[in-house]
Parts: sequence; structure tokens; C-alpha cells
Amino acid sequence: MAGTERDPFHRRVLEKSGAIFAVATTIAIMIGGLVEIIPMFTAKFGPEHLAGVKPYTPLEVAGRDIYIREGCYLCHSQMVRPTRAEYLRYGEWTRAGEYAYDHPFLLGSRRIGPDLQRVGGKYPDAWHFEHMANPRATSPGSIMPPYQWLHSQRIDPADVQASVRALQRAGVPYTDAEIAGTPAQLAAQGQEIVGRLAAAGIKTEPDREIVALIAYLQRLGKDGRAAIAAGATAPKPEAPPKVQAAR
Amino acid sequence: MPTGHESVAAAAIRPDESGYDDDIVKMFFAATVTWAAVGMLVGLWIALELAWWPANLGLPYTTFGRLRPLHTNAVIFAFGGNICFTGIYYSMQRLLRTRMWSDAISRFHFWGWQAIIVAAAITLPLGMTESKEYAELIWPIDLAIVVVWVAFAVNFFGTIAVRKVAHLYVAIWFYMSFVITIPVLHIVNSLAIPATLFRSYPVYAGLTDALVQWWYGHNAVGFFLTTPFLGLMYYFLPRAAERPVYSYRLSIVHFWALVFLYIWAGPHHLLYSALPEWAQTLGMVFSIMLIAPSWGGMLNGLLTLRGAWDRVRTDPVLKFMVVAVSFYGMSTFEGPMMSIRAVNSLSHFTNWTIGHVHSGALGWVGMVSFGILYWLFPRVWKRPLAYPSWATTHFWLATIGIVLYTVSMWAAGLTEGLEWRALDTAGQLKYPNFVDIVHQLNPFYWLRVVGGGMYLIGVIMMAWNFIRSASAKAVSAEAPAAA
Repeated sequence: MAGTERDPFHRRVLEKSGAIFAVATTIAIMIGGLVEIIPMFTAKFGPEHLAGVKPYTPLEVAGRDIYIREGCYLCHSQMVRPTRAEYLRYGEWTRAGEYAYDHPFLLGSRRIGPDLQRVGGKYPDAWHFEHMANPRATSPGSIMPPYQWLHSQRIDPADVQASVRALQRAGVPYTDAEIAGTPAQLAAQGQEIVGRLAAAGIKTEPDREIVALIAYLQRLGKDGRAAIAAGATAPKPEAPPKVQAAR
Repeated sequence: MPTGHESVAAAAIRPDESGYDDDIVKMFFAATVTWAAVGMLVGLWIALELAWWPANLGLPYTTFGRLRPLHTNAVIFAFGGNICFTGIYYSMQRLLRTRMWSDAISRFHFWGWQAIIVAAAITLPLGMTESKEYAELIWPIDLAIVVVWVAFAVNFFGTIAVRKVAHLYVAIWFYMSFVITIPVLHIVNSLAIPATLFRSYPVYAGLTDALVQWWYGHNAVGFFLTTPFLGLMYYFLPRAAERPVYSYRLSIVHFWALVFLYIWAGPHHLLYSALPEWAQTLGMVFSIMLIAPSWGGMLNGLLTLRGAWDRVRTDPVLKFMVVAVSFYGMSTFEGPMMSIRAVNSLSHFTNWTIGHVHSGALGWVGMVSFGILYWLFPRVWKRPLAYPSWATTHFWLATIGIVLYTVSMWAAGLTEGLEWRALDTAGQLKYPNFVDIVHQLNPFYWLRVVGGGMYLIGVIMMAWNFIRSASAKAVSAEAPAAA
């Protein structure tokens, strides 16, 4: 039988008690996570800020929810890596601050299709409208399935309002007035897109899911691109400028 | 010299098994086989969708974007979860020489877990998802997972408390790391603000959310698909080989190193992102260190077979286990290599990752599970296999299937990875049109369908074999026909 006095510590104590073994295991598995995750909430070690990045509009939130529902992120990344080839193919590499209001993050892990971080403004609204109905009409040879139901299904303003409110609780700085005005904002931005589509000869209505998705896709990477172009990579709030520190 | 793992050898004598609850083992066994077939069928379907897009069927519920989470959840939590529970309920009663602490909780655990799986199978095709990989299930299901898991943990620790063996065998350590770590990962990663019954938003934003997710995601691999399976290996491999575990000391060192190091490796999923540099570097360094404890487990498994290698030629159970442990060794070497930034810049976002995951999932998790199922069947159902030779056929179908799968995905991954970055002499993109690259992958996608199809046929043969065998008359109390 085990447990004589000559037994080593681990055998005498650790492997003899379910409770002690459980506590030791818990400590062992907690350390790495704590060391990596907690600093992310500090200004010094966390993701860098980027001035000029604003929260999504209600219509863009609705579009983002559709993007999540359809699992777009499973084939399209939103993360341009800092290499020459990616710069040429997609544009500016992604800065941390661009994701500031992304609940959840949608970086993706596979590029079955191309990255979408800089897709905002790359194509006209009509291109996206056609692309979702028949991907091969705009991208010959694409293996993407068609999403024609987006063109008939409608978004529910009350539902979007609930999303915006939940996002506010999660930390996105929407004002209560903005949340109250969600239905009006949805209609106004939807109408803008419908107008641009009409100019291209496409007839649809502002509350269709495709309109919300277009709003989201056209927003992607835009704030970041503008901020980077303006050289607005802000220093971390708590870090004093290096020159000053030297003096 | 005593190995320190006498308990498993002692259990091999099996004085009296009548007091153990083997009905719960049978229930989880049946669920394992069922969900294996379902989860892999969905996997084959989405593989076909990439090879031939009309297989998306033009319906919202059957697009790749909605079925991929169904596939991953079904194979990880339904197939993987149920085989872990099958093996844990069988082995821990024998290792601790006591019946499970509470039969009622065992049943609650079983039905609760199956209900969660069914809920996942309904909600995911409907597009209800939180979008975090392997944590897609909506918040009400997340809460149900916590309740069922806590019940399982109470039963698990209750059984340890009433055990009749003083020393805890290494398999129990690995099971314990599974029971403890999974709820920690699940709860922290799933913290969210509900908007409706079906939708919620995580409390974390951007890269913090990404880091928490990959801390979860990588350790779902570590503590759902690795440590419980190592525990199963430590029980079932010595039993099947009828040899004691090679080294007690090695099992101690590699257990503690593995559970401590694994948790740090998550950020290797975010290399070259805008995640702070220090976190990326920590993820890479700890991933490389993980080779040591991973190979400790592989070596302890393979060396346990010393003196039993002749039986690998004839015993399908050992065949499955040897190939499983070998794939464990290969994928735990490949993983750290892919965590090196330079390699990752090529492999990330490509099919190489998919190949890597499947060499672990099909090769390690799948094969060790099949070995355990074939070993367990005659022991819990008290019947021989109806078609013993089918087990060997299954083994070869699975092995060749995995090779076709991983080789095709390596080739596809290298092709796209190299072409995405290829520049011409003028310094411009050599393949500026993304779709041109996608097209070159088509033959590899078809090859993957073939490999995955072979693997699935093997699973269906196994299921049919079990169904036919179980419906036959009981022949003997101990008739390991396949062994």
C-alpha cells in the first residue's frame, strides 16, 4: 500500500487528497491566464487607442448582427497583417484601436475568401447588393453561396434598439438619446443607401437586411483608414511622451 | 522498482465489478457513436460545400457559415465530450473501486449534456450564434452548460471523496484538470450582456475579446481534447496492452508542465495582429515549450507498449491507440512550429491550420476514441463484436482517410499561403485576383472530401457493428472478440 514515510511529497500529500490536488491544479491553470488577460485592461499594456474611431450606427449594428448570424467571419478575416503583400492586396494594416467598439471581435481565423478589414468604400453599394444575390455575377469563379434571403427579410427596429442598448451596457458610449432615436436613425441611413442603389437602377426598401449589411460593410476599416491617413495614432493616455520624459 | 502506477495493474485483476454503474457507461457510449456519425457527416457536407458551392443548397440553414459551427460543436462537445464521459465513468469507478457517488447526478449529467447538444443543433443552423469559435452557443445554452458541468463536478469529486483507494492514479489527475479548467474557460469567455433571448454581446471589446477568446479556444483544445484524452490513454492503453505505464515519474513531470504551460499559448492565434507585442511573444514562447510535456505524454504512451508490440499487428484496439498516440506526437510538434512567427505568417488563415487541427482531431482524438470504444464494447455489453474483422477495416479506412485529409490540406495551405504573398519582379502582387488562388485549391478540396468520406465510412461501419452486436444474444461475460 502506498503512503509510507519514505514516500515523496507529491505521493504522500498531493496524490492522496482530491481537494489538495484540485487546488494545486487550479493554481497551475490560473497563472497564465491571469498574467496575459489582466494587463489587457490597463492603458500601459493594453491595446493602443486610435483617435477618430467611432461606434457603429444602429443600421451598421444591425448589419454586423447579420454578418455574425450568417457566419461571414468563418470565411473572411478582418485583420490585415503588416506585410508588403497584404498592404498591396488589402491596404493599411489593422491598428488595435480600430476594434475599440467591436463586441464581439470578428478577426476571423480563415481566409476562404479575402480579408474585409478595408472593404468599406472599395466597391459601390450596388456591387454588394448584386454580390450577395449572386456572388459570381460580381466575382467570376467565386465559391461563395448566394444570400438572396437578405434581399427580402426585414430588420425590426425594436430588435436593433435592444442590441444598441445591450452594447451600451457592454461599454460602447451610446447616449440614451441615441438609443431612443434608433428607429429614426435606421430609417435615415437606410434611405441614403436606398437612394444610392436607386441611382444604380436597383429598387429596394430601407428596412431590408441587405441594406443593413451594406451599411456595415461600407463602414469597415473606414475610421481607421482616415485616422491613419491623418497620422492620428494617439499615444497611450497614461504614457508620457518620451521626449518630455527625457527632459 | 515499483512504477507507482500499481493501481491500474491491480484494477486489471478486477475482483468484483457488479457494484459499478455500467449502465451510464453504455448510455454515454451510445451517444458517442451517434454524435460521431452526425458531427462527421456535417463535416463532410461542409467539405463538399467548399469543393462544390451548390451544396450550400440555397437555404439559409445549410450555408457553410451556419453549418461549420454545427460541425465543430458536434465533433468537439458531442463526440469528444461523450467519449470522455464514457471513459471517465467506466475508468474512475474501477480506479477508485467505488460506484459513482450519485446515480441520479450521473443521469442528470447525461440527459443535460444531450439536451445541450440538441439545443445547439437547432440554434446554430437558425443563425443564433455568439460568433466566438467553439463558444458559439447562445447565452441561455451557456448557462445550461454551467449547471450541467457543476453537477458533473459534484459527482466527480463526490466519487473521489468516497473512494476506496488511497492514491489517485494519473488518469484521475488528467480528468481533474478537465473538470476544473473547462468551466473556468467557459465562464470567463462567455461573459456577455444579453440583448434578447437569442443574442448577446461580450463584455470585452476588440483585441481584449480576441485574447480572451483564444485563451479559451486554445485551451478548449488543451483541456477538452488533450488532457481528458491523455487521462483515457493512461487508463485504457495499459489495460489494452496489459502492461503497466512506462514511467510514473514522467507522468508527474509532464502532467504539471502540461497544465501549467498550455494555458499561456492562446495568443499564438493572433500573431501579426495588432495584439500587443508582449502577448504575442508570450504565446509563441509558451507554445514552443509545450513540445516537451506533450511529447512526455506521447513517449509514456508508446513506451507502455514495450513488450506488447507484437500484439499491435493483430489487435485493432492497439492499432488505433498506437496511431492515435503517434498523431498526438506529430500534431503537438506541428502546432509549436506553426506558433513561430515566421512560420505562422505563412500558415495563418490558410488550410494548413485546418489540416493541423484535423491531424489532432481525426488522428489523436478520433483514433484513441475508436480504440477505447472497441475495447469497451465487449466489456460493457458482454457480447462479442458481430463483425470482428470490420474493426481492422475501419482502422485502415480511418488511417488512409487522415493521410489524404492532412496532405491535401497541407498542399492547399502552402499553395494559398505562398500565392497570397507572392510578388513579381516589379514588387507587385503576382496573383492579384483572390479568386484565381481559390480556384487552384479545388482539387485539394475534393481530395479532402474523399479522405473525410473514408473516415466517415469507417465510423458508420463501427456504428453498424455495435448495433448488430448489441442486438445479438449475450454470449459470455468477458468476450473481447476484437482483442
